[in-house]
Amino acid sequence: METFIHQVVAGIATGGVYASLALALVMIYQSTHHINFAQGEIAMFATYMAWTLINAGVAYWLAFICTLLLSFSLGVLIQRIIIRPVENAPVLNIVVVFIGLLVILNSIAGWIFTYTIKAFPSPFPKEPPFGLYFISSHELGSICVTMVLLLLLYSFFKFTPLGLAMRAAAQNPDSSRLVGIRVGWMLALGWGLAAAIGSVAGMMIAPVVFLEPNMMSGILLYAFAAALVGGIDSPGGAVLGGFIVGILENILGAYVIGTELKLSVALVLIIVVLTIKPAGLFGKVIVSRV
Amino acid sequence: MKKRQFTLTALCISLIGFAAPAAAQKKYDPGASDTEIKIGQTMPYSGPASAYGVIGKVQAAYFKQLNEQGGVNGRKINFLTLDDGYSPPKTVEMIRRLVEQDEVLLTMGTLGTPSNTAIHKYMNTKKVPHMFLATGASKWNDPKNNPWTIGFNPNYHSEGKLYAQHILATKPNAKIAVLFQNDDYGKDYFNGFKDGLGAKAASMIVSQASYEVTDPTIDSQIVTLKGSGADTFFNISTPKFAAQAIRKVSDVGWKPTHYLNQVSASVGSVLKPAGIDISVGLISMQYIKEGADSRWDNDPTMKDFKALIKKYAPEVSQDDGNATYGYAVAQLMAHVLRQAGDNLTRENVMKQATSLKDFQVPMALPGVLASSSPTDFALFQTMQLVKFDGKSWVEFGKPVAVK
Amino acid sequence: MSSHLLSSENSLPWIRIVLGLIVACILPFFISNYHVFQASMVLSYAIALVGMNILIGYSGQISLGHGAFMAIGAYTSAILMDKLNIPYWMTIPIAAFICLVVGFLFGLPALRLEGHYLALATFALAVALPQLLKFKYLEFLTGGVQGIVIMKPESPWESLFGLRLNSDRWLYFFTLAITLVMFVIGWNLIRGRVGRALIAIRDQPIAAASMGINTPMYKSLAFGVSAMFTGVAGALSAILVAFVAPDSFTVFLSITLLVGMVIGGVSALTGALYGAIFIQFIPNIADQISKAAPWAIYGTLLILFMYIMPTGIAGAIRLLGEKLRISRF
Repeated sequence: METFIHQVVAGIATGGVYASLALALVMIYQSTHHINFAQGEIAMFATYMAWTLINAGVAYWLAFICTLLLSFSLGVLIQRIIIRPVENAPVLNIVVVFIGLLVILNSIAGWIFTYTIKAFPSPFPKEPPFGLYFISSHELGSICVTMVLLLLLYSFFKFTPLGLAMRAAAQNPDSSRLVGIRVGWMLALGWGLAAAIGSVAGMMIAPVVFLEPNMMSGILLYAFAAALVGGIDSPGGAVLGGFIVGILENILGAYVIGTELKLSVALVLIIVVLTIKPAGLFGKVIVSRV
Repeated sequence: MKKRQFTLTALCISLIGFAAPAAAQKKYDPGASDTEIKIGQTMPYSGPASAYGVIGKVQAAYFKQLNEQGGVNGRKINFLTLDDGYSPPKTVEMIRRLVEQDEVLLTMGTLGTPSNTAIHKYMNTKKVPHMFLATGASKWNDPKNNPWTIGFNPNYHSEGKLYAQHILATKPNAKIAVLFQNDDYGKDYFNGFKDGLGAKAASMIVSQASYEVTDPTIDSQIVTLKGSGADTFFNISTPKFAAQAIRKVSDVGWKPTHYLNQVSASVGSVLKPAGIDISVGLISMQYIKEGADSRWDNDPTMKDFKALIKKYAPEVSQDDGNATYGYAVAQLMAHVLRQAGDNLTRENVMKQATSLKDFQVPMALPGVLASSSPTDFALFQTMQLVKFDGKSWVEFGKPVAVK
Repeated sequence: MSSHLLSSENSLPWIRIVLGLIVACILPFFISNYHVFQASMVLSYAIALVGMNILIGYSGQISLGHGAFMAIGAYTSAILMDKLNIPYWMTIPIAAFICLVVGFLFGLPALRLEGHYLALATFALAVALPQLLKFKYLEFLTGGVQGIVIMKPESPWESLFGLRLNSDRWLYFFTLAITLVMFVIGWNLIRGRVGRALIAIRDQPIAAASMGINTPMYKSLAFGVSAMFTGVAGALSAILVAFVAPDSFTVFLSITLLVGMVIGGVSALTGALYGAIFIQFIPNIADQISKAAPWAIYGTLLILFMYIMPTGIAGAIRLLGEKLRISRF
């Protein structure tokens, strides 16, 4: 029984990891209606920027904030320079551009920082919280950070005029322009915010999985699955999706099917969920009537 | 008239015939000449195994420096190393290019079990030396059927057996948990381990869990293994996951006797990131010197190595176990080529490589000698158990003969 | 995406085809064996890309997991050759049939998924398949993590019309023949009723349904057919490389196929060839340009291609052709 609880809690912890990257995916989707496959690599690159700062002696929280700003700028730059020329191209062309971006970032990170794993510091204390060993302080802390991000994101989109403008720009760029929304800058802003969220995800993930250029590739699939299970346009759904995926994966691996097939089974289950609820658990089903 | 011409010609020919052996001492196969020796290699510089690309980088640096110092017997080493992304079809393509287009004399240190499996038959059919493979799979030691392939790494199977035998000798009632990477390398170790435990394997191994290279973390596996109540842990994982495992084992408050496979026993690339303090007591096997080990600070080979890295490959970390490994392989290669002298046929190169007699590769641990014979291509016949004491891996016990 | 049925597609450019075939037939005698091997790989990738184009280009369903069908085709071929001693040429139609069925079966539940969700489902397939191939209870069949080593087929004749045939050249002609067959099948499908139905479903699904087109049937069929093409490509690649292993069919393969299809271009057949050439050779070229970060070069090329040639190489060539034709006036 104890192990079971431990597995569930461990699942929540890894789920938190997926959830934080899933939030970045949701962010980019809500502001651009594209799923950015390169999101993980941008997050990874941002984490390396943080690592460089910390290694140069900068205090953690200062480095954290600098990285947020740097990754925001990186996101905006990428949107303005690389994505803008293909904004109106067919979806597949944009996907190929994303793939190109992914590959470039991964390769450059490998070139500059090499592929050897690096330890990344955690801002949370080393001792487990309240003496429990089910979960480390860092994992608990990351989950809290993810929840804070979720709250911020949710309030931003729901309650602020800027959030509304961004959603409008993504859903209906032409009408948005007519009401005076600067669609181009909305998209850039969306990318910047997604990159910033991604950098937070990266800085929370790296202490657990160790920093290396391929750090995010395994996580991206799970984050993708989490975001879709929860509903790609629902930040809350994405986070919940992350926890579900994490717990599901752990329980399946430990009790049901063994670790050798847990990935396949977890994914099959997700697909089954999607066939029953095609827009995800909390997504809005878009019905087009003729 | 004709008869005289004939006699003259015959005389000339026989004179040349006598002179010939002196000149014919220089024998070359494709890839070798008076001025250069071409060596081919495929390495995963990209893709999931890209952390091993360091090996190729260090070897390229080694040969570059060797060339500047005059090369081997006056010939420069032309080291052609290509990326195969750890994908067997790509390995086949790149090796075919190296053999058929670039016409290398031999290949050295090709990395990865699946990659090497893909080219195994090809190399032996084409009779090109397939040397010093960067993988410890047991199947490379097969002189009868594959006489052109010779491995380098001590056998994974044998290493697993080594730990099993140690457990049987020191803790016969141990409850063992095993974590292994779900691929050829992981299974090879695990099978050796099980073979070493023999009939007691089923009763002693109380829990096992595998992971994929694409898994983000192995937390769940560690939780499962701990939950089995095991007091001994055999950790068969590559560096990134080994570090994660060491960290998680400590986090969940589990304190088993922890055996770590040699592949991840690098102080610099695994123990330091995981945490030196929580790595104390780890047991593993070592055969190559490590940069992070202060014992070798004044060792001439280590000093050479550190200088080489600094000058030619500054992005490589001196503490990276892969780096010193690559250096060791390059040293052995250079030695074999020197032994071949001017007879640079593929056959002779293989002959030199398969007749090593207790050769001390400078970068290998003192006493770890490389030997080979036409019936046994396994280079390292003994393995040394080591334990981490917080600063470096310390030998304990005597080197064990492994088969 | 605009309709593909331009008038030029209905009439075959016979001269170019015949010329192309002649070049293809004499090519192996002028280049080294290694290059012949590469050319054969290009042809097999081209078949896979035709399959992808049928699914993605014509029926509008996305797939990020076609590497899985290549794996199924490859392993089918390998298992048949290794365990049942079936001659290599017989494994191709068997692999085709198996992949057709598997693809169709996969297409059925996929009907309920659109866009991103389908992408995830296919991506999941690509990720899950290597795990299945390594699964210990299937090891007796798949060889598990070790994979399966195949005997490379030898040429049945020593020479043809006085030209020497070795294993590589023979396999090249074999691959060429299969490629031609598959291309003809693809051409007929696209040009005929099936192609038109797929385009209708892709562009105006509701109108298509009301016209009596059995949308679910056609969409699943598209999956099946596209899987069949990719499966044949996989079987061929298994024979050419003479080895299959789970590591040969990673997610990266699926992504590469997608990239090849888009870069190659919207025209199903010539686009597939261009795309195949791209994915086979550009990584090698990138490696020669920069040893330090070759994939950065590759990624940059991908992005540049998308900027300069949004309709792919085939589309760009067609546009160029049209411009030249107009400027002649």
